[in-house]
Amino acid sequence: MTHTDQKRKKRPTGGSERARAGLDSGVQAKIGEGLRAMYDDVVRQGVPDRFAQLLAKLDEDGDNGQGIEDGFQEK
Amino acid sequence: MTVDPATRDDILAAIPSLRAFAVSLCGNVDRADDLVQEALARALANIDSFRPGSNMSAWLFTILRNHFRSEYRKRRREVEDPEGWYAENLKSQPEQIGHIEYEELQKAMAQLTDDQREALILVGASGFTCEEAAEICDCAVGTIKSRVSRARKRLAELMSIDDASEFGPDESTRSVLAR
Repeated sequence: MTHTDQKRKKRPTGGSERARAGLDSGVQAKIGEGLRAMYDDVVRQGVPDRFAQLLAKLDEDGDNGQGIEDGFQEK
Repeated sequence: MTVDPATRDDILAAIPSLRAFAVSLCGNVDRADDLVQEALARALANIDSFRPGSNMSAWLFTILRNHFRSEYRKRRREVEDPEGWYAENLKSQPEQIGHIEYEELQKAMAQLTDDQREALILVGASGFTCEEAAEICDCAVGTIKSRVSRARKRLAELMSIDDASEFGPDESTRSVLAR
């Protein structure tokens, strides 16, 4: 792959390259934290009732399978 | 349809992360939940194709991702609004990061391609390996790696630009106030 080449091409040439790389690694760390924070924020909400109920229905309905067919009409 | 209790528990355990992935993909909590609902319906209808002992999360992520690709992406296009579609929904803001950074990150995420966004989330937030992400996205491992690295680079570019223009004035305001 020529990925690193592309990277170089896009970078402005000059003495700021190293400073730029330093800035990028700081920004990268922030991005990584931010992504996980956003994601974990949703994960922490756990299982909403509608899904817990959907799965609980499996026990009640047995082979019947009613109530989970919404959204599975197409095809 | 019969689903044994152990399988059902595995599905339950995967739901929080599956939702987070769905939110990342469609940028809207309500639509994400509809997406999860439809993916779960598909999964349950096809539970026989799940290999016991294999990774339930990866299996569900694959179904959800494919469903998003075939259905939801089209719908999103109809109302696409790069500034708003991602930010509009994630109502609660994680406490760990600052408000400006959070908004910036959302805006920047909205500017990634779907390929880049899903690869970055799977590897950078969901905790899948590149190999697992490649299976979920039905592509080569190298492709995932390059998408993740492009996504990171693109976000860094977008966020650095904002750093210069938005954090700069803030910094000087702060130092004035500190005097």
